[in-house]
Amino acid sequence: MSPFLRATLTIAAKDLRSEFRTKEAFNASLSFSVVILVLFSFAFDPTSEQMQAISGGLLWLVFSFASALSLNRSFARELQNDCLDALVSAPIPVAAIFLGKALANYFLLILVEITALAVFALFYDTHFAAQLWPILLVIALGTWGMTVIGTTFSALTVNLRMREVMLPTLVYPMLVPALMAAMTLTTDLMNGIPLGGDNLLWLRVLTGFDFIYTLLAMVFIDIVVVG
Amino acid sequence: MRDRIMYVLATLSAALLTWNLYKIFMILPDEKNQGAIYRIVYMHVPSIFTGFTGFFVALAASALYLITKDLKYDAFAAAVTEVSLAFASIVLATGMIWGRIIWGIWWAWDARLTTMLVCWLIYFGYVMLRRAIDEPTQRARLSAVVSVFGCVDIMIVYKSIEWWRTQHPAPVLSVRDGGGMGPGMESPIYWNWLAFMCLASILVMVRMRQESISREIDSLRRMAHAY
Repeated sequence: MSPFLRATLTIAAKDLRSEFRTKEAFNASLSFSVVILVLFSFAFDPTSEQMQAISGGLLWLVFSFASALSLNRSFARELQNDCLDALVSAPIPVAAIFLGKALANYFLLILVEITALAVFALFYDTHFAAQLWPILLVIALGTWGMTVIGTTFSALTVNLRMREVMLPTLVYPMLVPALMAAMTLTTDLMNGIPLGGDNLLWLRVLTGFDFIYTLLAMVFIDIVVVG
Repeated sequence: MRDRIMYVLATLSAALLTWNLYKIFMILPDEKNQGAIYRIVYMHVPSIFTGFTGFFVALAASALYLITKDLKYDAFAAAVTEVSLAFASIVLATGMIWGRIIWGIWWAWDARLTTMLVCWLIYFGYVMLRRAIDEPTQRARLSAVVSVFGCVDIMIVYKSIEWWRTQHPAPVLSVRDGGGMGPGMESPIYWNWLAFMCLASILVMVRMRQESISREIDSLRRMAHAY
């Protein structure tokens, strides 16, 4: 195993270990997403036909709100006891720290999302079993996009006075192409339309977004964290 | 010297705009399908050209800052982004007025409009981020990274016309596939672009002067505190 990969996995394991000991971010994200799912039922008739047409959008709204909670803390949790300084001065590339944190966030978010998906299916009578694997693919790609942008901006805003305000202000506009693609794809798949035709275009947008921003983040993270 | 350049640019811009307004309102006929309202294109298109030119210049200045660490490039990038944001607002406003007359609604959630709005939000986030950071080098570093990330979004806006189905009018200029404007109708767009570019340059120069004065005041204040 290359030293870069080993450092990445060590950071990811560290983050996951400390998360699963407290389950802070996980519990917060999960209960928050369930609360939003309940609130949606007041915004419109949850039993109507219209529900099917907007199901993908709702699901991704839940995902993106829930993700903000855990991503916000990704770098902020290192502020205590100057852990961030210690991490940065460790003899490993900053990109490995970033990638490790991103992987830990990704794993955590996927867990929250799978649970939220099950709750969503229970409450709103959605039928996605027929297209389960394509939906999981879209969730995997969309979540990676959210994770990369979220982790980068979590590092970028970590020292700011108004961190909690600045992070969503910067992150959500950046995420629009990815969320648009993920929402359209998920809605189509939940309505039984398989991947193909127009859909593939959106899948390309989503994949391209992931690829471009992963590359950008890996290049710029050194400037963001160290300077 | 800088004053003199500003006066020359201002004269040029005023003369060009006067001549163009005369040509647009007095000489050019109404358009066959749209009537008089089509004339808004002479503000709309040059504004978007100016705005996007500015965003790309800001990207270059941000990159130069990251390479040289010279705060002069940061001040330039910030000034250009703010001015470009103003032109982006003109694009949105003129587009909405045109949409109200032709489509009957102020805002159509069309891909191009949406992405333009997203782009505006990203650069608004950039301006907000600058306000949130006091330390000049940190501010320069982080906002340069946001500028790079934002510029990638602009490329998605530009590609969106091919990627996404759209009800926004297809490009009418002859540089792309022949174009659809009558003879003599196209040239005022380019002349207005030149006039807007002169105007934008003046605004950038004024903004940079403000920036340098505020830096001077800052250092004076620091000196006063030192005593």
